[in-house]
Amino acid sequence: MKILVCITHVPDTTSKINFIENNTRFDTAGVQFIIGPYDDYALARAIELKESSGASVTVLNVGLSETEPTIRKALAIGADDAIRVNAEPTDSFFVASQIAENAIGYDLILMGRESIDFNGGVVHAMVGEMLGIPAISPVMKLDIEGTKVIMAHEIEGGKEYVEANLPLVAGCQEPIAEWKIPNMRGIMGARTKPLKVVEPKSVEKSVVTQKFELPPPKGTVKMISSDNVAELVTLLKNEAKVL
Amino acid sequence: MVTLVFLESAEGKVKKSSLEAVAYAHAMGGTIIAIAMGTNDKAELDAVGKYGASKVLHAADAKLDHPVLQVFSSVLIQAMQQENADNLILANSSLGTPVAAKVAVKTGASFASNVVELPSTTSGFVVKRSIYTGKAFSFVEMKSAKKVIALKKNAAEIKDIGGSATVVAFTPTLNDADFNTKVTSTEKASGEISLPEANIVVSGGRGMKGPEHWGMLTDLAKVLHAATGCSKPVSDMGWRPHHEHVGQTGVKVAPQLYIAIGISGAIQHLAGVNSSKCIVVINKDADAPFFKAADYGIIGDAFEVVPKLTAAIQASK
Repeated sequence: MKILVCITHVPDTTSKINFIENNTRFDTAGVQFIIGPYDDYALARAIELKESSGASVTVLNVGLSETEPTIRKALAIGADDAIRVNAEPTDSFFVASQIAENAIGYDLILMGRESIDFNGGVVHAMVGEMLGIPAISPVMKLDIEGTKVIMAHEIEGGKEYVEANLPLVAGCQEPIAEWKIPNMRGIMGARTKPLKVVEPKSVEKSVVTQKFELPPPKGTVKMISSDNVAELVTLLKNEAKVL
Repeated sequence: MVTLVFLESAEGKVKKSSLEAVAYAHAMGGTIIAIAMGTNDKAELDAVGKYGASKVLHAADAKLDHPVLQVFSSVLIQAMQQENADNLILANSSLGTPVAAKVAVKTGASFASNVVELPSTTSGFVVKRSIYTGKAFSFVEMKSAKKVIALKKNAAEIKDIGGSATVVAFTPTLNDADFNTKVTSTEKASGEISLPEANIVVSGGRGMKGPEHWGMLTDLAKVLHAATGCSKPVSDMGWRPHHEHVGQTGVKVAPQLYIAIGISGAIQHLAGVNSSKCIVVINKDADAPFFKAADYGIIGDAFEVVPKLTAAIQASK
């Protein structure tokens, strides 16, 4: 079985978000980049499937050369080889088009449920549509029996158990697998694993990001004494008007 | 301009978030046609007219009771073709967002999810999206003639405009090959208020000290008609089910009121709640970072404050 794991290169979840150049570019100063946390779950499940059934695992990232350390980390965790599509991941449709272009021949395409930068949450569905194969998200459990994939996925206020046949796309989230931390041997080995750089397919952009904005700063908190809880109720009713 | 709005129902009622989608389409102007799939209550569909839809298509085939993305997107495309719709608008959800994305790919429409406000049309058609898990926004121009928009909660205010709609049966062609995923069973927390839809959320963290103390939290939720949520450590330890986990990698909520009890306020948790209108933090640690993100705070022991708060709310009714 051939598994393709699509990873994003995103700011660490604790990053402070800032924009530069008149709010048209993300400020990378002082920001640490990581494999998207959801993608990390997808990768961990792929490595488990590799260990249990001898699957091969390829990681794919759509990004410029600065994402290579993140790709190498995925190789250190246990992926066999990698593809970097040499382009800025500007929007979901663009990224999905690049993935679909490079996903032919893979049985299982895993990725996170969403990227934690643009939060589109749709690349898996778009890739499924482009390839004409089923796409399911967010998947919390995924097992393979022959050509059948047995999954649990989260829905609002519950869970749905779903079956489908390979080939298939899944957007993953916890607790599909435990995150894996690369060991020294993995890190050393990752340096020589193949990382292929391919040029992007040309895609007509149907959406264009014009600028970014930060939310207005939060006002100061109003503290209420724990002996006077009734005052909180009054404030919520009359001042905040939320009760 | 014709806009199709996809309605989702839960517990026999059209979801509030879907009504927000109708309100959003109404604010954009033009003709609004809503569509519901599977078994639905006729009176509920009739009522959608009040918010601006002139017609509600009802694809009542029971085969549509269990959602299959491929089938739902095909039905929506057929409805758009029949009605000559320019746009599709729906609420972000585990079903709606991916279905919308598929429709966009198939029809060549511009697509945006997580949209938080009405579009600006002064120069092009520009929507505001929530990004970086609520920590920022982006302004995105949708360039195609057709547009597919998935809305974040509170993107539009539901207003009864006194309209009425006719409910019309819609019988799309259902292609067997499109049923490419099969729902074998569903586990649903029934009777509870859905967390992503709730107006008020009461959430507990490690400060609750154990699952056995959740009773006081659910009591408070009950008097407020609130949904209950929790922090990541709480769901990781199995004190509460995973679908209650609020945060960066869990459910993102946007209620009118979010009450955080015994939650320190790690940045990953804040990412899930920062779209809330009003945040109340109850924590015995005066240095808890959550107070900085709160509108109101009480420093105190949850075990004393929460029952008092429940009683005070009850008394104020």
